[in-house]
Amino acid sequence: MKPLLEVRDVSLSYHSLSGETPALSNISFDLMPGEFLAIAGPSGCGKSTLLNLISGLLTPEKGSIYMGDQPVGTPNTRIGYMLQKDHLLEWRSIYRNIILGLEIRHQLTPAKKELADQMLATYGLDKFRNARPSQLSGGMRQRAALIRTLLLKPELLLLDEPFSALDYQTRLNVSDDIGKILKKENKPAILVTHDIGEAISMADRVVILSKRPAVVKKIVPIELGLKDRTPMSSRNASLFKYYFNLIWKELNQNE
Amino acid sequence: MNNHSFRQQQYLFRLKRDRILIHAFRLLLLAFFLFFWETASRKQWIDSFIFSSPSLVLETFVKMLKEQSLTLHIRITLSETLISFFLVMSLGILSAVILWLFPKISRILEPYLVVLNSLPKSALAPLLIVWLGASEKTIIVSGISVAIFGCILNLYTGFTEISQEKLKLIRTLGGGRIDELFKIVLPSSVPTILSNMKVNIGLCLVGVIIGEFIGARQGLGYLIIYGSQTFKLTWVLMSIVILMIIAMLLYGILNLIERKVRKH
Repeated sequence: MKPLLEVRDVSLSYHSLSGETPALSNISFDLMPGEFLAIAGPSGCGKSTLLNLISGLLTPEKGSIYMGDQPVGTPNTRIGYMLQKDHLLEWRSIYRNIILGLEIRHQLTPAKKELADQMLATYGLDKFRNARPSQLSGGMRQRAALIRTLLLKPELLLLDEPFSALDYQTRLNVSDDIGKILKKENKPAILVTHDIGEAISMADRVVILSKRPAVVKKIVPIELGLKDRTPMSSRNASLFKYYFNLIWKELNQNE
Repeated sequence: MNNHSFRQQQYLFRLKRDRILIHAFRLLLLAFFLFFWETASRKQWIDSFIFSSPSLVLETFVKMLKEQSLTLHIRITLSETLISFFLVMSLGILSAVILWLFPKISRILEPYLVVLNSLPKSALAPLLIVWLGASEKTIIVSGISVAIFGCILNLYTGFTEISQEKLKLIRTLGGGRIDELFKIVLPSSVPTILSNMKVNIGLCLVGVIIGEFIGARQGLGYLIIYGSQTFKLTWVLMSIVILMIIAMLLYGILNLIERKVRKH
C-alpha cells in the first residue's frame, strides 16, 4: 500500500537577529491511509513546527513532503488542522462557527449546509446550533471545532495538542470522544503531544523526537491486542504500561 | 423573585440606597453651585456684568430661542461636529485597515503619525482658514484634524494586538489576509471601535469650536468669540453651557449604542 503522506529528510531552522536555531534535522516518516500517528517529544522540540510544515504554513529548507504523488501546497488545503485552543469566535453562533471554513473556501452550497446540520445532530450539538460558544462546555467546544475542520473533508487531520487547554478529567473524556469520531469518519490523523499516555491511547504508531534540533529517535508501533479499541479502553489495556515505560525511557535517554 | 434570603435583600437594599445617595449628591452639588452663583451675583460679591448669573443665562437663552437665532447656531455646530465625526470614523477605520494590510507602509509612516498626533491641532486652524477659506468645509476639516491621527493610531494598535493564533486558524482553513481582516480583525475590533467613537465625538466638537473661533459667522464657537469681543459675557457662558449639554448628550447616545452592541 502506498503511504498517504511521506516526509523525507526535512530540515528547518529559525532565524533571528541573535542567530540561527536549527529546529528540525532530517526528519523522515510515512503515514499510511487510515492510520493514526502520534508525535511525541519534549516541549519546544519542534513538534508544532512539523505540523506547520505539513499544513504548508511553512516550507522546509531541505527535504520534501508529499501527499500521494504531489508535494504539499502552500497552504495545503487537503489537510484539516486543529489547534491547541478551539478558537471558536464569540461573535458567531455555533452553526456560523462550524461553517467558517466553508465560507472562506467559498464552498457554502445547500448540500454542505445540510451536511453541517447533519454533523451537528450526529455529534449532539444540534440543540446548540444557535448558541454562543461561551454557552458550551470545553468538550463540546472542542467537538464543534472538530466539526468545523471535518466539514472541509480533509484527507488528513493534524492535531496540535488539541486537549492541552482542558482540565485532566475533561481531557480524558474529550480525547476519547474525538478518537471515536475520527475512527467513525475513518480519518487518518497526526497528533502532536507531550503527553505519553495520550499518544499511546490514541495512536497506531508513535514517532519519538529528540530535543531540539529534533531528529526521529524511534518509531514505536502500538499493538495493544484490543478489538475495537478506544482511547479509554486503551488506557486500561495490560500492555499500556509497557509502552509507557518504553517511550518514557526513550524520551529521557540523554538526560 | 420574592424568595431572596434576608441577607440578599439587605445587600440589594444597600446597593439601591447607595445609588440613590450618589445621584442625590450629584444634583445637590449642581444646585448648590447654581444657587451660590446666583446669590453672589445678586449680592454683588461678583460683578454680574463679567460673571453673569444663572438667571441672566436662562433669560438670554429664552430670548434668543424666540428670535430663532440660537437654534441656527446650535444646528450648525451640531451638524459640523457630526459630519466631522462621521468622516473621522470612516477615514480612521479605512486608514487603520490599510496600515494593517501593508505592515511596511505602517512602519514607514509610524513616526509621522505619532508627531501629527501629538501636535496641538489648534495651531493648524489659522492655516486651514487661509488655505481653505472661511467656510463650513474648513471647520469640518478642523474638527477632523483634532481626532483623526489618534483614531488611526488607536485602531491600528488594536488591530495588531489580535491573537496570532486566531489568524493562524484562518490560514489553516485556507484563508488569506483579506479573510483574516473580515472574519477576525474587524469583528473582534468592534469594542475598540466603539470606545474610540466615544473619545472622538468629544474631540470633533473641540476641533469644530476651534474652527468656529477663527473663521465662522455662525455656530456656538462664533457666538462665544462674538460675545467676548462685544462684552456680552452672558452669551459666552450660555454657549458654554449649551456645549456642555451637547457633549453630554452625544457621549450618552454613543454609550447607549455601545451597551446595546456589547449585549449582543
